[in-house]
Amino acid sequence: MLGFILRRLGVMALTMLCLTLVVFFLVNLEPNLKKLAISQLDMRSSAEELESWLQKNGYRQNFFVRYGQWLGVVQKQPNIDPETGVSSPRFSYCDEPAEPYYGGILQGDFGCSTKFKVPVAEKLFPALGATGILMFWVMVVMVPVALLIGVLAGMREGTRTDRTLSVASIATTATPEYVSGVIFAVIFASWLGWLNGSAATATRQGISFYNFTLPVMTMAIYGIGYIARMTRASMVEVMTQQYIRTARLKGLGFRAVVIKHALRNALIAPFTVIMLQFPWLLTGVVIVEVMFRYQGFGFTLVEAASNNDIDLLLGCSLVSVFVVLSTQLISDVGYAYLNPRIRVQ
Amino acid sequence: MQVETLGILGIIFGVLARFWPVWIALAIILFFSLRFRERLGLYGQLFETGVGVAGVLICFFWLFTAIFAGTVAPFDPLAQFPIMKNVLPGAIEPESGQAFLFGGDRLARDVFSRMVHGSQIVLIIAPAATLFALMVGTTLGLPAGYYGGRIDSFLSFLANLVLAFPVILLFYLLVTPGIRETPIPQWMAGVFFIFPIVFFVTLFWTRYRSRPQLLAIQLAVTLLIGGWAYVGLVFDADPLGIISISSNQLNIFVAVVFASSPGVFRIVRGLVMDIKTRDYVAAAQTRGETPWYIMLWEVLPNARGPLIVDVCLRIGYTTILLGTLGYFGLGLAPESPDWGTGIKESSRLLRAYVHPALPPVFALMSFVLGLNLLADALREQSLKD
Repeated sequence: MLGFILRRLGVMALTMLCLTLVVFFLVNLEPNLKKLAISQLDMRSSAEELESWLQKNGYRQNFFVRYGQWLGVVQKQPNIDPETGVSSPRFSYCDEPAEPYYGGILQGDFGCSTKFKVPVAEKLFPALGATGILMFWVMVVMVPVALLIGVLAGMREGTRTDRTLSVASIATTATPEYVSGVIFAVIFASWLGWLNGSAATATRQGISFYNFTLPVMTMAIYGIGYIARMTRASMVEVMTQQYIRTARLKGLGFRAVVIKHALRNALIAPFTVIMLQFPWLLTGVVIVEVMFRYQGFGFTLVEAASNNDIDLLLGCSLVSVFVVLSTQLISDVGYAYLNPRIRVQ
Repeated sequence: MQVETLGILGIIFGVLARFWPVWIALAIILFFSLRFRERLGLYGQLFETGVGVAGVLICFFWLFTAIFAGTVAPFDPLAQFPIMKNVLPGAIEPESGQAFLFGGDRLARDVFSRMVHGSQIVLIIAPAATLFALMVGTTLGLPAGYYGGRIDSFLSFLANLVLAFPVILLFYLLVTPGIRETPIPQWMAGVFFIFPIVFFVTLFWTRYRSRPQLLAIQLAVTLLIGGWAYVGLVFDADPLGIISISSNQLNIFVAVVFASSPGVFRIVRGLVMDIKTRDYVAAAQTRGETPWYIMLWEVLPNARGPLIVDVCLRIGYTTILLGTLGYFGLGLAPESPDWGTGIKESSRLLRAYVHPALPPVFALMSFVLGLNLLADALREQSLKD
């Protein structure tokens, strides 16, 4: 088991290295650098001015040197003015030592956000915290509801309850966040006026039922259908097993059979599915946070991408790739842990 | 100036009447499908369950709407009528006397016509991108599952790399105006679009190698059509000038294919690993068939059931992806009538006007729902056998 986890961690590190290299390449394409230079100077700057700004701030160094600097395995050189010999930080809002130093991801330095004019860490981690709160509530709503629907539908296959619930879960999987978000906002915010169509106040005044229900509902609804369908399939399969029949013939009530014998085995498959939902939830987070103006991770990612904020975008990519890979790892390890048949082999 | 409006009944009958070519086509299809149900195989069996009928009808409805969009839609999707800005559903445009059945949007365009024309964009890009993803995924998944070992580890690693990217981040990196100035979309298109040609050439080669005359015709046709489409799509240099694709459409197309082919790859790989243990594969191996013959002519036909279901689901998923692209304003032109862009435009003004948001929302939802129902019915039918 330990060897398995170590091997998976190795593959994970390699994957992250490859992916960050790709992202690094894409955000540093020539048109993107031009756009960054223009946004840092002003629209009327000449091509030479833009070029000299890029040169001065080290964007013209060798690609791999720059990637190494970002990673923290190559030294960053201080920005020394050739005339006076005095070193000054590249961006006035970020500190930078006056001598060569290692400052990259491995040292915990995420760089400098050119859009928000703060170090990336100062922007990224509060945003992650905000998204964490959102994710927590989504999970609290989504998982029990989905499991309940799935178990109820799969308990007695082919009945009217089963058919109704199955069609309902198919319908929710056909409703992406930007669709359900609009529908809910129309019904609950515009027509009924019960809930707030914007979660912008949640960032400053804290979350409340009034401003947080719509984002949570919107995100949960898309996942519910999928998890419920997986749970149903797994439940149907378990209910046809021999030991369920034995338990029934033994004289146990239907309720007791379902709760004591079927549930535990039926919930192994949904566990993996819930874990593998995280990559999808990340996309959902971006849509929901933009739609309801909640200042979390997704909102930051969109701001970083649309303003070509290189360091912030790299930080966001690193975090999201890390989240996806670690949930995959947890799901594999957890599956082996929950299912003794796999552990023995 | 006051604009006359229709009542609710007027709107409902107006909409039903506008769709007349679609109803006729649906009636014809339904008649023939029910008449020859026994002879239509899997498709005929779909008509045995309510879910299947609903799925087939919804999918055909949008298909015919896309085909007859020019007749169904009363107005041009981009035409602006200043007097009709933000009008409520049913308002009558004074010059032509036609009603804005679902109202007018912020830029005074007819929401109904935009929804109808939007179906064209969605129904061209989503199935086409899915088919390309299917080709790429199958061509790579077959050897990965069949040979296993190094090839499998390498290809699976690549697929996992792409899958580890959150889709939205992938789109923000790959679908930008900046990237269209670089040759990257062309390179990717060049790589992806070669797969269908390779697939069909191998398909014919493995089977008809001993019949050179037949093979020559098949290869010539494949290379001619494939090469023609390839030159037109990748280099935008179709000598006949029929196939052409704008750079932003190519960009979207490539990004969507890139995002969904690893999923197909995984499914095909899993199916092949299961099927290659069967007796008929062992029999073919004993006959001395080549590995690619076994993969393409023994394994693949037996994997078709789950693959058809997956394609149905995946077209829906691609439609959702396209909507996401439109919602974030990536790739598609801002005035494009597709559903995602429509949702983005109208969701900003939800507080003031609700009606422009609802038609694209329900269009997208119903189309994806139709595909999901179809996939569900197909799955049930294939489980029955």
